[in-house]
Amino acid sequence: MSDIDLSVNIGKFKLRNPIMLASGTVGYGNEISEFSDLNKLGAIVTKSLSLKPRKGNPPQRIVETPSGMLNAIGLANVGVDIFLKEKIPFLKKYDVPLVCNIAASTVEEYVECTRILDSEETIKAFEINVSCPNVKDGGLQFGNDIKAVGLVISKVRAVTNKPLIIKLSPNVSYISEFAQVVKNEGGDAVSAINTLVGTAFNIITKKPKLYNVNGGLSGPAIKPVALAKVLEISRKVDIPIIGIGGIMNWKDVIEFMIAGASAIQIGTLNFIDPTAPERMIKELEDYCVSNQLNKISDLTASYLI
Amino acid sequence: MLIVNSPVVETIQIHENIFIQKILSPEIAHNSNPGQFLNIRVSETANPLLRRPFSICDVEGDNIFIMFNVMGEGTKILACKQPGSSVDILGPLGNGFNLDDDFEIAVIVAGGLGSAPFPYLTRKIGKSKKIISFVGGRSKNDLITYSMMNFLTSTDDGSEGFKGNVVKLLEENRDKLDKEKIKIFGCGPNAMLKSLKDFSIKYDYNCEISTESAMACGFGICQGCPIESTQNPDKYLLVCKDGPVFNVKDVNL
Repeated sequence: MSDIDLSVNIGKFKLRNPIMLASGTVGYGNEISEFSDLNKLGAIVTKSLSLKPRKGNPPQRIVETPSGMLNAIGLANVGVDIFLKEKIPFLKKYDVPLVCNIAASTVEEYVECTRILDSEETIKAFEINVSCPNVKDGGLQFGNDIKAVGLVISKVRAVTNKPLIIKLSPNVSYISEFAQVVKNEGGDAVSAINTLVGTAFNIITKKPKLYNVNGGLSGPAIKPVALAKVLEISRKVDIPIIGIGGIMNWKDVIEFMIAGASAIQIGTLNFIDPTAPERMIKELEDYCVSNQLNKISDLTASYLI
Repeated sequence: MLIVNSPVVETIQIHENIFIQKILSPEIAHNSNPGQFLNIRVSETANPLLRRPFSICDVEGDNIFIMFNVMGEGTKILACKQPGSSVDILGPLGNGFNLDDDFEIAVIVAGGLGSAPFPYLTRKIGKSKKIISFVGGRSKNDLITYSMMNFLTSTDDGSEGFKGNVVKLLEENRDKLDKEKIKIFGCGPNAMLKSLKDFSIKYDYNCEISTESAMACGFGICQGCPIESTQNPDKYLLVCKDGPVFNVKDVNL
């Protein structure tokens, strides 16, 4: 074992390493645990939870695009009550910080979900999804409205002392303005970015490939966009950033950290190689050794511009 | 459920655009059942990015077989794999056909590339039960009877066998189908599965179908492959995890 310190702080939220698994790409942990030792990871973020169970969109929900994929799942989830009853017992067995992602259609629903989940000690932090592009009644409409985002944060802040991460939409002109609101209203960190709105057509039938018409673009196709958004926030707002967007290997992790991220989330890659995140931890350590870096956190915002 | 890199043994072209690939993969071969599938990554590049699901077509000793038609970039790469080059396999995935039911005759109904899971099913049933297969396609070039036993064929254009769809052919042969003794196993395009479902319900046959869907992961985390449940309209089933084989009565097509 080397003496490299891989731990990172996202404000008051401490992780053993910067590798988090992104919401919507790990379910509630049980399937991915067959491939990966969850205890080695920095944190896992649950599938978005809503107050009531959501069925999600009809098929087709997924389309592959050049170096990426579109998804329009529609926040299918079990709802907070079943999550606490049926999913938490499995997650309790692990010593990995659990972040609950919350999605809602109204400010009141965000608050109620957080309030209900707050008393569960297994949950170490919340990630508020104000940016899902795939539901008609919520998500992105909040993510695009800076006042609504501010209101959600201040109201949710009032019902929890746990770290509050706001997952930001890239589908805005200036993401840093949203990050500033997060800071002003008492949020602890931002995660950037959620998926980009996109669509695809069948050229024979002239119909959209996705039932929902639009979906969220993820995968390596969006990495340069995500890096630019992380950098923009890093240069304008003093708030911890969790970088997300098309990370496929350890080099991408380093790149996001240089651009300003304190930690990162792996998403689409979990669908392709669920063993990759755990492997990256060792690879990050090797990078630190060969670059005489004692603490990986020194990489955060180390860009020379 | 494993992720393994397995070498291609050989790739055989059985039709104009249809290939059978033999892959040496003892770990998968010894743990698979007919009707299960594999999610295969054909290259480490970002194009194609996602794995692609393939039925387990057959298993022989330590070898597994997949059947595919060359549709896009991924299947083109797969078809060009030389013996010894490896494929990255995630599997075996999903639930296969249930062979423990009480039946004496297995009736296989396949449309187009829907023949894919049946060589393995045929092998597994072996001589323990009688098998009758009904194989349909748009025209004679689309009929895939690879490793099928005791089969009748139908084509939409009448270029070979019965003229009409494969479920019509099945209905024409209903005198051979004693409902106390048979179980139907179906796989094919959605329209075919729909008429097979109607047929099975009309005559009260025990029928399992193998469904397909676009999907990303193949093991339940992406939630990309919903299929409507008849039991619980408030919740979708997932093709990858709850299927891909379902009793026809359990799903809305």
